[in-house]
This record gives sequence, structure tokens and C-alpha cells, in this order.
Amino acid sequence: MDDHAARIKALIAHQPAGPDAGTGTAGFLQRLCAAATRTLGVSGVGVTLMAEDGVRGLATASDPATERLEEVQFVLGEGPCIDAFEARRPVLMPDLTDRALSRWPVYTPTIHDSGVRAVFAFPLQVGASRLGVLDLFRTTPGPLTAAQLAQALVFADVAVGTLLDGQERAGPGAAADGLDEAMDSRAELFQAQGMVMVQLGVPLAEALARLRAYAYAESLPLAEVARDVVARQLRFDRDHA
Amino acid sequence: MTTVSAQRLVRVFVEVADTLVDEFDLIDFLHMLTARTATLVDAAAVGLLLADQRGQLEFLAASDETTKLLELFQVQTSEGPCLDAFHTATPVVNADLADAASRWPRFAPRATAAGFHSVHAFPLRLRSQVIGALNVFGREPGPSLAAADVPIVQALADVAAIGLLQERAIRRGELLTEQLQGALNSRIIIEQAKGAIAQARGVNVDEAFTLIRTYARAHSRRLSDIAHTIVTEPAQIPELFNP
Repeated sequence: MDDHAARIKALIAHQPAGPDAGTGTAGFLQRLCAAATRTLGVSGVGVTLMAEDGVRGLATASDPATERLEEVQFVLGEGPCIDAFEARRPVLMPDLTDRALSRWPVYTPTIHDSGVRAVFAFPLQVGASRLGVLDLFRTTPGPLTAAQLAQALVFADVAVGTLLDGQERAGPGAAADGLDEAMDSRAELFQAQGMVMVQLGVPLAEALARLRAYAYAESLPLAEVARDVVARQLRFDRDHA
Repeated sequence: MTTVSAQRLVRVFVEVADTLVDEFDLIDFLHMLTARTATLVDAAAVGLLLADQRGQLEFLAASDETTKLLELFQVQTSEGPCLDAFHTATPVVNADLADAASRWPRFAPRATAAGFHSVHAFPLRLRSQVIGALNVFGREPGPSLAAADVPIVQALADVAAIGLLQERAIRRGELLTEQLQGALNSRIIIEQAKGAIAQARGVNVDEAFTLIRTYARAHSRRLSDIAHTIVTEPAQIPELFNP
């Protein structure tokens, strides 16, 4: 998985920024959307960040038209973003049939009028920590291929990693993100997240970010930090770890 | 001769078939399947791994989820009987762990250290696709699965594969993707909840899991729901954090 994420990050690093991309995280996410559009063979990609109660935060997209498709979901109170975030799982609509219409009675005709014929939404989350949604829009109907689906999930992982780190981690040489860590220690990583959440008395997302920041600052593999936390050899206090 | 009791087998098939109707919780279903299989063939432990869309085998549920076993299931994303069964689409039966060190250099010694003697893995097959593997750990030394039981467990694995999909999904796979990603995420939430309770109650994660599961059963709630509440709204269940 390290290779996939590294490749996707390289793609993003080489993506020229859109005109209003902005800097830092917003800029990175805009470039992620643009790179995803090209790689996944879709017409537009958007990322909307959402608070735990579903309130819409920062939104970026590959292009202005897609930005509007993202926005309109929150105006109407329905759409793939909202459903995927709510259900904590992807929402895949390979064509806008009755299923889409009954789910989103107003949103479906709206995006249909804009030429969209398929939409795929992937929640950006790590367990119970929800950050937002990655939306893919396509003007032709049909499912994502297995390869496109796998890549979309990697784009989502890279987006989550970037959001948790609060900064750009571009470049193929960057250290592997926590989500790519060795399969062996995955359970420990998530257990450590829960422990740090209670140790610090903060929301889960912040616990995730603190663990990653510590690993990065100490140049340690995240898996090792997690192991130490679970073994009770490392504790996070409000002031420091 | 088979070890498997016909009566029990019928009951398991009925339970599995039940998944073909209505919404169901994937993690619950997989827990049920692994628990029933373990009882049916008198296994020490049974686990289930499913392939995600990246083609990686991911552990999802087991009849016994203590930390030691978790490690054994998780290491099989890179080598082991499940990976072999997954790639070859044929069962791995009665593999002697003492002899398997060169075949599975990371998995075999760990499995032996955990006290197991034999291991089996059955691919979950659906038409031309293999979507995962069912892992069975035997108790006694020597072959622990009778020849006549092998096709029965394989049939169970295959029926489970069917039970994971609804009609549309068989044609297109969207529903499986959605369910699988949802279940993988639920799995993560369970681990996060274990950590939270372990920290709050000053116990290890295995004990924390027992506390969570006991609470869920006592209140007739789903394990995934309680786990979610633990890590998002801890104030709602103070008795789990501070009895």
C-alpha cells in the first residue's frame, strides 16, 4: 500500500494548481481533486470537509462547475456527500436511475441537468473519526473499474492523511503515512488512538493528529509509537507526550 | 465419517441463508459464521478475512478475537494459509505447522507459539472470483479435519460468499464495496473503542473488549453501535468508563 500512496502523492505533487487553489491544505486538496479527475477518468472531483454534526466546512474541487455540484448538496440538504458521511461508508451510483431519484429527489435532476450521469462518494474517515467526503462525478454512466475503485480509495486515504497532518506531505520521498503502516500493527494503531483520546480528553480526530505529529517529530514509525502507547510505555499528557 | 452433526449443519445453513433477505450487519454475520463453524468442526478458533478493493486480505471477524489471535490473522495479509487459499482458490487442509516454517516463515512460528498444531483455510468463492478466506485452527496434533468434513466447510464458505451479496451486487459489486468499506470501518471503531476503555478502566485491550461486549449484550445493542458511542459520545455511557 505504501507504493500506491506514494504514487498518488507524486501525481498530486506534479499537478499544477488551479487558479484559486489557495495554499497549504486547501491548495493540496485542490490539486488532489485535479489529479484524481485525470487518474480516475471522471469529469470532476470534489472534497468537502464536514464537522461531526454534518456542518459543511472547507470545500475544494477540480473545477468551478464541480464546486457548485458539491455546494448544492448542502443547499438542498441531500446528496452523496451527506449520505456517505452519515452512513460511514461509500455511496456508489453508477447511473442516475430510480435508486438515485428516490434517494435524492431534488439533487438528482439538478446534477442530471448539469450533465452528470454517475456519482461516487467516499467518506474520509478513520474509524469513528469523520473528516468529510471525496466525491467523484462523471458525465457517462457505468461503474468504476476495480482499478479505479482501488485508486479512489487511495486518494481518500491520502486526503485523510493530509488533513490529519494539517499540512502538505507532497513528494514521493515522504515518510509513509500512518494509514499505510504494516498490516501487523494496525489493530494497535487504532487502539492507541482510543487510548490517547481518553488520555488527552480530546475528540478522536485530535488524538489521531497528535499521534502522527509525535511520530513525525521523533522520526519514528507510527506503528512503533502505537505499540509503546498500548504497552503503556508512552503516555500523552495535555502538555506533551 | 464426519465430525459435523447434520442437525447443527442445517441450522447454520438456515442462519446463513437468512442474510439473503433484508438489511443485515456484515460484522455480526461474520461473527456468527465464524462462531458456528468453530463449534461445528470443534476448532480452536475460526477467523474470516475478506479482500478489499486494493486486493489486500483484511481480517474482519473471528470466533475468538484475543490479541494473540488478532496478530495471527493479521500477519496473513502477507503470507499464510489464507493467502494461499485466496490466490489458488483451493482449500489448504491439515497443514502441519511444525513443518511449515519455510512455507510461512512469519506465520508458522507465531501460530505454533500460540499453541496451534494444524491450520486450514477455505477460499470464499463466487463464480470466478475469490473474495476472501475462512481460517480454521485445529486443537489437537495431527490432521484435525476429517476428509469428509472438508467439502462441508468449503460449502459453508461458498454459501457465506453468496450471502454477502444481493442480486444487484452480484452483477455490479457496488453494494459489496459499500458494505465491505462500512464493515472495515466498523472494525476500526471497535479497536478504537477497546483502546478508550482500556485507558479509562486501567485494563488491557482484551479485557476492555470483554467489558464492551458484555455491555452490548446486556443492553441488547450491536457491538459496532456501542463501540461508536464509546469513541464519539462517551458521556452517554458513563457506566462503561467509570462504573
